[in-house]
Amino acid sequence: MKYILLIYSDSSDEPVPGTEAHGKYFQAFGTFTGNLAKSGKMAGGDALEPVSTATSVRVRGGKTVTTDGPFAETKEQLGGFYVVDADNLDEAIEWAAKIPTAEFGTIEVRPLMVFDNM
Amino acid sequence: MADTSPTPARRTVEIVIREEWGRVLATLVGLVRDFTLAEDALQDAVLVAVDTWDRRGIPDNPRAWLIQTARHKAIDRLRRGVRFEAKRNELKVLAELDAATHTAPTEDEDIHDERLPLIFTCCHPALADEARVALTLRTLGGLTTYEIARAFLVPEPTMAQRLVRAQRKIKKAGIPYRVPPPDLWPERLDSVLAVLYLIFNEGHTATSGENVTRADLCQEALRLTENLALLAPDEPEIQGLLALMLFHEARRETRTDGSGVLVALEDQDRGSWDQALIARGDEVIRKALKQSAPSPGRYQLQAAISGLHATAPTFAATDWEEILMLYGRLHQLQPTPIVRLNAIAAASFRYGPEAALESLNELVTETDLATYQPYHATLADLLRRAGSLPAARDAYRTAITFTDNVAERQFLERCLATLTEAA
Repeated sequence: MKYILLIYSDSSDEPVPGTEAHGKYFQAFGTFTGNLAKSGKMAGGDALEPVSTATSVRVRGGKTVTTDGPFAETKEQLGGFYVVDADNLDEAIEWAAKIPTAEFGTIEVRPLMVFDNM
Repeated sequence: MADTSPTPARRTVEIVIREEWGRVLATLVGLVRDFTLAEDALQDAVLVAVDTWDRRGIPDNPRAWLIQTARHKAIDRLRRGVRFEAKRNELKVLAELDAATHTAPTEDEDIHDERLPLIFTCCHPALADEARVALTLRTLGGLTTYEIARAFLVPEPTMAQRLVRAQRKIKKAGIPYRVPPPDLWPERLDSVLAVLYLIFNEGHTATSGENVTRADLCQEALRLTENLALLAPDEPEIQGLLALMLFHEARRETRTDGSGVLVALEDQDRGSWDQALIARGDEVIRKALKQSAPSPGRYQLQAAISGLHATAPTFAATDWEEILMLYGRLHQLQPTPIVRLNAIAAASFRYGPEAALESLNELVTETDLATYQPYHATLADLLRRAGSLPAARDAYRTAITFTDNVAERQFLERCLATLTEAA
């Protein structure tokens, strides 16, 4: 089963760029991504630009309405994601717990929908 | 219309089905890997069973009979389903089921017990607490949705919805059907024990409603814990929880008087406590403590405390020294204000109410117990025993405003009335 691991965090909790803590955080991501790739369970993933760059789009009555900002204005924002190919939820949780951001943020684990009509 | 007075034969059939439900459903879930399908198929099989067994008698191996019949019903349901919407997984299951049916076990062949993986699935931490409780009672306990809804005082459609949502999440989120591997075992076992304890507590001290004990939930929790203890005999915390339930159960009848009002431990009729259950609890906890020495878990510590109360010949002869030592260890594992509150109440019988009032004052300034009914009830009792009657009356009145359980409220009102008469 494929799961998306959505990485949420409050930017004020994140290590400040240029500090030693930030260097370690970055390195930990490198290690994590390397381990996930090596395990053969990595099915995708990327980091996102900050929410200040986000644009929300809705179509209402045939009209496209574009607004500045993310869909939900909350403290914890989506900062990146991985897609893992795991045997079950327990395995997906195990990977999620290893994402460095899990130490101060939240990782949401969502199964990807399977359309398997033949 | 439904028969309002079931024949003895019908009643026996119902008891057998209830007894076998958990094991049969566990086996079916293992086979079809789908909760909803397994349950629907078992329902179909039960309908056939009620009808057939009523007329022809109960088969020698009702479990094998139910599994076999339900397996055929599951195949029927899958065949009907796949015709319209062929899904790869279901076709695979169907093929496996067909193969399994052709090499079906004979009636006396032992069927592997699948309840252990099932209980871990039902109590998976990815499910909401309420969902875990409901699913465990439905799947392993064989309680109907109506019974569970009544026990938890929610409308039946709400409970049905909760169960459906939980089953759907298991399937869609890929919650595994297995006994967790060793690295996950402690966390997952905690979750299972917490669910069983929640069920027992809900029956033992109803938080709302008319009666303080809802015996059927206690019985069910006890039965499930006994089963779990048999399935994992080397786990002292399961034994600890079992002993704790046995001690509570032994005293259940004396916890309320004839009119359903709570009776304080001090005033309970010790002669009416179930000595057989106490002896059993005592044996279970002793064995568990030996296994886990020198670091017993929290359920074992609670059981040991409960056991000291249950085996004390009189309230005055209770071994408070030992109980306080156990509370100290419990607080190390579970540093909650509630554990401290209970320890303070116990200490008051060893060191007097005045000293306890001081500790209680410290506790309430450090923690957030001001809306917690037992805090005010304990405060009232300590004030009463220390001779501060007006303050005690105030504390009882506050305690009454924080309870929505009728039996508890009547108990507190009675305490208050006694104080008012004495004044």
